[in-house]
Amino acid sequence: MTAVLRASSALEPVAGYRLPLRRFAHNRPAVAGLAVVVLFLLFCFVGPLIHPTDQTHTDLTQVNLAPGGARLLGTDAVGHDEFGRLMYGGKVSLLVGLASGVLATVVGTVWGAVAGYAGGWLDAVMMRIVDAGIAIPALFILLVVSAITTPDTLGLIVVLGLVSWLVPSRLVRAETLTLKSRDYVLTLRAIGGTHGRAIGRHILPNSVSTIVVAATFQVADAILLVAYVSYLGLGVQPPSTDWGGMLSAGLTAAYSGRWWLIVPPGLAIILVVCAFNAIGDGLRDAFDVRGRG
Amino acid sequence: METTLYLARRLLQALAVILIVTVVVFCLLHALPGGPARGILGPQATAQQIAAFNHEQGLDRPLPVQYVYYLRTLLHGDLGTSYTLNDAVSRLIEQRLPKTLVLTVLSALAGLAPAIPLGMWQAVRRNKPADHVVTALGFVAYSTPVYFLGLLLILVFTQTLRWFPSQAPQGDTLSQVFADPVALVLPVLTGAASMVAVFSRYMRAATLENLAEDYVRTARAGGSRPAAILWKHVFRNSLTPVIAMLGYYVPVLFGGALVVEQLFNYPGMGLLFWSAAQSSDYPVLLGCVLVISVATVIGTLLADVVQRIVDPRVKAERT
Repeated sequence: MTAVLRASSALEPVAGYRLPLRRFAHNRPAVAGLAVVVLFLLFCFVGPLIHPTDQTHTDLTQVNLAPGGARLLGTDAVGHDEFGRLMYGGKVSLLVGLASGVLATVVGTVWGAVAGYAGGWLDAVMMRIVDAGIAIPALFILLVVSAITTPDTLGLIVVLGLVSWLVPSRLVRAETLTLKSRDYVLTLRAIGGTHGRAIGRHILPNSVSTIVVAATFQVADAILLVAYVSYLGLGVQPPSTDWGGMLSAGLTAAYSGRWWLIVPPGLAIILVVCAFNAIGDGLRDAFDVRGRG
Repeated sequence: METTLYLARRLLQALAVILIVTVVVFCLLHALPGGPARGILGPQATAQQIAAFNHEQGLDRPLPVQYVYYLRTLLHGDLGTSYTLNDAVSRLIEQRLPKTLVLTVLSALAGLAPAIPLGMWQAVRRNKPADHVVTALGFVAYSTPVYFLGLLLILVFTQTLRWFPSQAPQGDTLSQVFADPVALVLPVLTGAASMVAVFSRYMRAATLENLAEDYVRTARAGGSRPAAILWKHVFRNSLTPVIAMLGYYVPVLFGGALVVEQLFNYPGMGLLFWSAAQSSDYPVLLGCVLVISVATVIGTLLADVVQRIVDPRVKAERT
């Protein structure tokens, strides 16, 4: 889905001038978001070491157990421990979300910087391609891809990254447009510096706050997109899973009252996506950069 | 004059974008195993049949030539034939699209109706606890996968309370859809939730922006009551740009419909698309992508133009 929610909340002027880091530290939702992300990373990547469970083999003597006792969140229809599965699936969700969010930001940054810096017809053509990409909703493209092939985790990261770089490219282009007429860039060009140097040494480093904020929102969107993709059947294949896959696997079970198969992964997705959005909001206000959209 | 020029330029851009979309769809069509011949002859066709068809249709000619040919068939409204449903794609979409439009329009209305007053209320009470609570709830609504929300609604309202059915209205005609309004409640609510979150946020921002304008200060100095200023001036000035944002929201609405229709088994275009993905029915998939893209381009164009007319200070963001 797109990131229309973060239109602009930075309307309130920030009194005085403080360092971005301190401003971020004073933003309670952002700090809470950071804590949630750290906790989930520990839970999913360190958790399985403390609470090891078998997530590859089925155990038909232990199916559909209700939460309680050693089975903190019960078991699913093939006997997987649901608490352990939440860690196991979260690994994939977080990994794919983070990696594809970063990939999308990198691709978008390069595209936007080149378009904005070049200007003229090249800029016009590159930005029309971005418009066309935005006109085809990501979910639909992903389903077409799923009809053609079933990607593995790496493939999934690449596909998700390649459908979601468009918004960051617009932001970075806008930033580049304002930066390229700054004196230091003009001076560099006048003394014979290359275009690559102008982009690499001046424009990108000066856009870093915009890029970091965009990346954070991008990760939030990517985690949500991964969940949709798994739900619609293009996700990682069993026995591997992610939170979205757990949700669709628990669908019929939930109808017959086994809520513990869908509520934990659902809440995990909401919490993590909220957390990344809160961090993005906090960073944007701290760096005082324009929202995206 | 300036506006006319702007309109002409935006129209040209929109056409360029649609052309690029057709190139993308054309490339996807040719990336498929078997190419477009499979799209028309079906998955059982032999290699000889495909070769004969390719020659007959000029599909062995250079790609640019074929692209022109493809564009011509598109202009005639021909989107190909479905592999599985044995019908023209354009006819299938014609049947299904109105139902998706009913769902999306109702969801948009059900989302906007609370979002507009909510956003204004937040703006008036900005940075007070109530504002923070609504903002936080909006965050949660925005971060909730649509299908998870729909699932929770089904569990509560269908399984536990038994107020609404878990299946959307069935049937091919719109009158059959409207004959069962109770069954529409859950799908519409599911689609509306994130709209409330997004548009209350827009409305809050637009109201805040207007409250800071000179005309508000002047009216206040002239002795107008705050409520009168809010409803007579700020409301009207904030509403139009926020409504115009709906134009940018078209792809999200279609994406939402895809999920809602699948979850509630509502036979609209989203469900058509989803089942086409399950059966690798490429002509249907790509036909739907084209239709949705064109709708998105038109929505964006309308939103840009309305915002430009409402507030001439808004300069076009894109080149």
